[in-house]
Amino acid sequence: MILRSGTAAFAAALLALAASTAAAQSPPPASGRTLAATCTGCHGPAGKSAGSIPSINGRSEADIVRAMQEFKTDRRPATVMNRHAKGFSDDEIVAMAKEISANWR
Amino acid sequence: MTQYKLSRRAFGGSLLASAALAGCAAEPPTKARVVVIGGGFGGATAAKFLRLEDPGIAVTMIEPKDAFVTCPGSNYVLAGLKRMQDITHTYAALTGRHGVRHVRDTAVAIDGAAKTVRTAGGQTFAYDKLVVSPGVDLRWGAIQGYDEAASALMPHAWQAGPQTVLLRQQLEAMPDGGLVVLAIPGNPFRCPPGPYERIAMIAHYLKANKPRSKILALDAKDAFSKQPLFQDGWAALYPGLIEWVPLGRDGRVTQVIPGERTLVSEFGQRHRAAVANVIPPQMAGKIARDAGLAAPDGQFAGWCPVSPFTFESTRVKDIHVIGDASIAGAMPKSGFAASSQAKFVARAIAATVNGRTAEAPVYANTCYSLIGPDYGISVADIFRATPNGIVAVQGAGGVSPRTPPDAAQHRFQEARYTDGWYASAAAEIWGS
Repeated sequence: MILRSGTAAFAAALLALAASTAAAQSPPPASGRTLAATCTGCHGPAGKSAGSIPSINGRSEADIVRAMQEFKTDRRPATVMNRHAKGFSDDEIVAMAKEISANWR
Repeated sequence: MTQYKLSRRAFGGSLLASAALAGCAAEPPTKARVVVIGGGFGGATAAKFLRLEDPGIAVTMIEPKDAFVTCPGSNYVLAGLKRMQDITHTYAALTGRHGVRHVRDTAVAIDGAAKTVRTAGGQTFAYDKLVVSPGVDLRWGAIQGYDEAASALMPHAWQAGPQTVLLRQQLEAMPDGGLVVLAIPGNPFRCPPGPYERIAMIAHYLKANKPRSKILALDAKDAFSKQPLFQDGWAALYPGLIEWVPLGRDGRVTQVIPGERTLVSEFGQRHRAAVANVIPPQMAGKIARDAGLAAPDGQFAGWCPVSPFTFESTRVKDIHVIGDASIAGAMPKSGFAASSQAKFVARAIAATVNGRTAEAPVYANTCYSLIGPDYGISVADIFRATPNGIVAVQGAGGVSPRTPPDAAQHRFQEARYTDGWYASAAAEIWGS
C-alpha cells in the first residue's frame, strides 16, 4: 500500500514535470507560411514551377484543400503527393492552402 | 552590459548615418547580423530566406567558390545526360536581388564566445547568429591508401566539380569490356540513394557505348535506400551488367592501391578496375569540427548534434548547423533536406531577432533517382521535431510503389519529375 501510494506520488510528480517541461519547450504550432515552405522545393518559388512539376500558385483555398484531401485519402491518382499529403493534419492543410491562395500569385 | 548596449546603439546609429549618406534609403536599419558559412543547398537557402523573412537582417555568406556545382544531377553528367553547366549555379540572384553579401573566402575559425568568424584571407566577421552549412569532408585514410592524391587516380566524385569531370573522362577513356568498380561507404553518408543511382547512370553509359563492360559495386552495408526499387530497375534496364556485393559477402573495401587501380576487401579479395570510383566515409566539414561543433565520440562522432526544433548547436550557443554536417535524426543527408532545414532555420532566427518564439518546425524531403532516362523513382517524407529527435510522420511518406498499376507510366512520370524537381529546387535556391 505504501509502495503503491509512493509509486502513484512519484508518477504524479513525473507527470507534472513532463507537463511543465512540455509547456516550457512547446513552441507555437507551425503557421501556414512554415507549412507551405515544404511545397516550394518541388513546385518552385511561390509555387511557380521551373519545370515539369505542376505550378500551384494562383489557386483558390478550396481547390488546394480539395486536392490535398483527395491525395491524402488516395482518391486522386499521384506519384508522390499522396505520400506527402498524409504528413499533414486537416487543419494544417487548411492553413497551408490559405497561405498559398493569399500570397502566391 | 550597459556599455555593450550603448556601443551597439552607437554602432547602429553610425550604420544608419552612413546608409543615409550613401543614399540607401530602401535598406532598413540592421536589426541583426547573420553570417552564413557555405553556399550550397543549406547555406544559399538560409542566406536568401533570412533576407526574405526580414530585410532588417544583414546577411554575409562566406563561400570561396564563385559558383556552386550540385551533387544532385552530377550522376546525369556521368551518364552523358547533362553537362556541367547544367548543374552549376552562380550567386548573382542572391547578391543582386536579395542583398546577400557574398565574401569569396574560406571560413577557418569560429570564436563562439566573441561571436566572430575568421577567414583564410584574414578578415573577421562579427555575428549575432551564425549558420554553419559546410557539407561533408571525406575521411582520407579511412580506407587505407585512399588520400587526396589517390582521388586523382580513383575519383570519389562525391563533391561535385572537377572530380565529376574526372570520373566522366575515365569512363570515356575506358576500353569496352572493362570493369568499373565502386566502393560504397557504411551509414551515415551524404545522399543515401546516390551511389545506387550512380551505378544505374554508369550502366546507362556503358550499355550504350561499351556494352561488354561490367559494374562491380562493393558495399560496406547489407541494405540501402530504395533497395528493391533500384534492384528491380537495374534488372529491367541493365540485365547482367551490375553485380552488387553487400557487406555480408565481403563487400567492404578497406584498402586501395591507386597505382594499380586495385581495391582490396576486408577479407583480402583484390579487385582490379578499369575505372574505380571510391566513395569514402565522411564527416562534417572542417570548419564545423574545428569549431567544436561536432560530437567527439559515440555513434555520430564527427557529425554535429543540434536541437531538433531549431538546428541550434547543442555545443555552442547562437550557432545553427544545417545540412549534411548535422545530426538530423530521420532526415537524410540530402540537398533537399538541407534546403528545407535552412528555410525553417531562417524563420526561427527571424522570429528570435524580432522577439518572438520560433514555431514548431515542419521539414520535408523529396529525392528522385533516375535508373534510366525514362525510369525514375522517389523517396519522400514529412518530418517533425520531438525532444528526442527529428522523426518522419508515421503513415506518410515512403518510397515509390514497387508494383503500381501502370508501372511503365509511373516510372516515366517520375523521370520527368526528376528533371522538374531539379529545375524548381535550383530556381528556388540560386535562380530567383
